[in-house]
Amino acid sequence: MRHPGELVDIPYDLLVNALVAGLLLGAFYAAVTVGISISFGILDIVNIAHPGFVILGSYIAYIVNTRLGFDPILVSIAMLPVFYALGAVIYQVYHASFERRGQDSLRGLAFFFGLLFVTEVALVLVFGVDYRYVHAAYIGPSINIGIIDLPLRMLVPCLVSLALIAGLQLFLTKTFIGRAIMAVAQDQLALQLMAASPTRIKRIAFAISIATAAIAGALLIIIQPVEPSVGREYIGRVFAICVLGGLGSIPGTLIGAMMLGILESFTSTFYGPSWAPAVAFGVLLLVIAFRPSGLFGR
Amino acid sequence: MRSSTFILLCTVVAAFVFAAIRWVGNDYLFVAGYVVLQFIVLATAWNILGGYTGYVNFGSAAFFALGAYSSIFFNKAFPLPVPLLIVIGGVVSGIVGLGMGYLTLRLRGAFFAIGTLALAIVLQTLVTNWRYVGGARGAYVIRPGEIEFLGPYSQYLFLLMLALAVIALSIARGIERSQLGYGFATIRDDELAAEASGVPTLRLKLIATTISGGLMGMAGAPFPYYLGYVQPSAAFGLEYAVNSIAMPMIGGTTSWVGPLIGAILLATLQQWATVTISSELGVLIVGVLLVSFVILAPKGIVGLVEGWRRKKAGS
Repeated sequence: MRHPGELVDIPYDLLVNALVAGLLLGAFYAAVTVGISISFGILDIVNIAHPGFVILGSYIAYIVNTRLGFDPILVSIAMLPVFYALGAVIYQVYHASFERRGQDSLRGLAFFFGLLFVTEVALVLVFGVDYRYVHAAYIGPSINIGIIDLPLRMLVPCLVSLALIAGLQLFLTKTFIGRAIMAVAQDQLALQLMAASPTRIKRIAFAISIATAAIAGALLIIIQPVEPSVGREYIGRVFAICVLGGLGSIPGTLIGAMMLGILESFTSTFYGPSWAPAVAFGVLLLVIAFRPSGLFGR
Repeated sequence: MRSSTFILLCTVVAAFVFAAIRWVGNDYLFVAGYVVLQFIVLATAWNILGGYTGYVNFGSAAFFALGAYSSIFFNKAFPLPVPLLIVIGGVVSGIVGLGMGYLTLRLRGAFFAIGTLALAIVLQTLVTNWRYVGGARGAYVIRPGEIEFLGPYSQYLFLLMLALAVIALSIARGIERSQLGYGFATIRDDELAAEASGVPTLRLKLIATTISGGLMGMAGAPFPYYLGYVQPSAAFGLEYAVNSIAMPMIGGTTSWVGPLIGAILLATLQQWATVTISSELGVLIVGVLLVSFVILAPKGIVGLVEGWRRKKAGS
């Protein structure tokens, strides 16, 4: 094992490539996290099942890709309404069972934990525990700029993710519903006085958060082969990023994701990939223990 | 009922269970029964923190695995008898539980739950990268085939776990009826108000996390001897985390009876599903039951029965 002191001897191009790989990875993490930033950060709904829905998105992209040969990203865009509807249904159940009864803390958590587990085990029952992957023209080749190596497998998800983040940020700041979603986090009563139903606004927001999982899932299976339990690794990542980014801030999510991406990329380059999972959770523990409002918190 | 009477009664029931299984004479029953008992301990331990104080622990698997891995460690370093290993596993997990208790200083509600999950993954990564205890490949434990006076080793392990279950249930019931239990309930209902009226919330929470973690470690300590082989992904399995939450939630979290009922029902169901269909289906049923109970019967089976009795008394 290397020691941190040896970092000085690390070749320059390795360092640059680790940084670039981290940025690309981070941008993708932002797509996985943005759903949690909306549900947990803005709506205060602790949807720990979110990574489960991301994996579900991966498997749908996988099925359509292998059966019909469609591009995984196009598939995920076509699946947006389905995931939106799924999100609306889940919110309705959550609202009726926990939020309205005022029991949302303990039982709501158990509810989402159960959902995560059910999704994972159901996928294991249907597809087994083998790793699945998709085919697309951009998986494989890479662009070389000088010493920098840009695999398209990472670059395409990075660009799609940035587009998703930008779109959501525009939606949340420029449209009436988007602003209402931001308002629901701050003052429900004021929102009611503006003749907007908080429940409806929250349902729309939660449905959007689940819809982002369809796209994140397709990106995930482009980047790496997927098996049902991969989702667990993402629980730590998404919450670490969400808290780092200051709960509910979309630009903050992107910055937090980039930071974690770089940190993980350096860890696996210099210490080995088996340590990478601990990075996210270690960061998470440190952040929630010392800076719960995030680095750019309110 | 006094606590000493309760412990006596539990011991009598336990002795009866052991005698009955011996009388049936099917060794498989000891193997399956061990798992049921292990889940009784885990569910009761989870409930001491989750049910009584309202702090959700998603990291049960970590405490269980800590117990299992402390046994592996001592098995390699200097072999000790299993009952002693159980005590050591309990101490190790209890210390980590105490550490987790300090997390509650900064983390409430969802943050605490996610923090425990993070703790589990960090510990799993540490164990996976620790070669002395087998690393990712796992470690073998050679267990004796027979034990003096008793017969097969599986019966010995069963008996140990039976004793642990009696201890765990007695502790849970003891807490419930003591000042400690009332203190826990004030934290669950309104921590700020409790703090303001002079309840030593931090001390109580530390007691709860230590007892809960310690009992889980004790349940995990004999695990390597039960299987003969342990790898991180098995000892840290998500099934332990889900089961130890699902069992109290389905049984009812307010008293010691709930986790007992939930554990017996769900663990038996899973053993049955493992033998007849597949173990995945067994855990799927647990997940579905957890979600449906949380939605439809928030107070669990105990709550359903109480409601039914009240209705009957009213009509």
